[in-house]
Amino acid sequence: MTFDIGLALLVLGVAAWTIAARDTFAAVVGFVAYGLLLAVVWVRLEAPDVALTEAALGSGLTGGLLVGAGSRLPRGRTPPAEETPGVALKAAAAMLCILISAGLAAIVLLLPDPAPTLAPEAAASIAATGLGNPVTAVLMAYRAIDTLLEIVVLLLALVGIWSLAPDRDWGGRPGRRVSTDPASVLTFVAQLLVPVGILVGIHIFWVGSVAPGGEFQGATILAAMWILASMAGLVDAPAVTRRWLRLLLIVGPAVFLAIGLAGFALAGAFLAYPESHAKLLIVIIEIPVTLSIAAMLALLVAGPPERAQR
Amino acid sequence: MSAATVYGCGAAVLVGLGLFGLIVDSQPLRKILAFNLIGGGVFLLFGAVARRGAAVGFGGDPVPQALVITGLVVAFAATALAMALLLRLVGITGQAGSRSDG
Repeated sequence: MTFDIGLALLVLGVAAWTIAARDTFAAVVGFVAYGLLLAVVWVRLEAPDVALTEAALGSGLTGGLLVGAGSRLPRGRTPPAEETPGVALKAAAAMLCILISAGLAAIVLLLPDPAPTLAPEAAASIAATGLGNPVTAVLMAYRAIDTLLEIVVLLLALVGIWSLAPDRDWGGRPGRRVSTDPASVLTFVAQLLVPVGILVGIHIFWVGSVAPGGEFQGATILAAMWILASMAGLVDAPAVTRRWLRLLLIVGPAVFLAIGLAGFALAGAFLAYPESHAKLLIVIIEIPVTLSIAAMLALLVAGPPERAQR
Repeated sequence: MSAATVYGCGAAVLVGLGLFGLIVDSQPLRKILAFNLIGGGVFLLFGAVARRGAAVGFGGDPVPQALVITGLVVAFAATALAMALLLRLVGITGQAGSRSDG
């Protein structure tokens, strides 16, 4: 109990620092720390799957994105006086935020007892699919449509980012060209860590059917390994017009959608699986989905195409 | 008071803190950070509700937990899109301001 209160106060302190820090880079570092602390909170809330996602995606990949993109923003410019809000506006904003926080806290304290839960329904879907991890069963069977739409959202975000490229750069490679010394520490770390990381990513994906883990966590680690290798200059981003890249991006959602549609014929509903082959079908969906998500996440970090194809 | 209540109240404060940063800070990158703080608070509210819904041998209700995983991925995609928009804005105008020069 004391640990929980201390951890909650620490999270709030780091969040306040992220808002209050003068230097933007310090605020980004604060945000990464905030994400890692939240991962510990998720473990305390008995949600190890969410903890893995928070640490890998919410803290790690988002932090990398913010540091990478933030370093390209013009620095050292203080906002002009008319852009900084006055004391009156700050006080009004603080009052509004305190009211909202108090309202939310009141809702938390007044939650009904016993708490409503969908755990029994989710448990029934576990029994039907043969999966051992309740969260994976919810993601892939009980609420599979959410997962399908989420992958489409990732794809739409990537299309949005690509469409921000200036006309002259369209069809080129995303991000800036990295050239590092082959004898540098970064190259050494990338060569050493990437094979291990790929193995860990595949393992996290594979155990997701019975233990904490799953396709999102595994895909995030795979994407991070690609980003590390490209930061060290070992691999270069492919041009966005490459056919194999486009295929890699859509193979996951396409297989998911095809098996979902086949559910009409096999089990009588969209995204329903016949009970005898449920686990096999889920694994067949998960493998291409993991590859597609990993590619999407890596390309979301890489940004719009910026360089001509060589 | 259970752990779920402690973190639920913490999440309520996080939403307020993030909203304050979103309103008060004029730099776009700081607004994106503040928005992600709000997101963390909202997800944590879900986590508190999930923990309270522990039943049939699970440590928490898996449905809100799965929703949070979905939410984290979508939040990341939105952050990446926001950063790309911001960098393009800087590329066109040469400065990162939340107001146009009019």
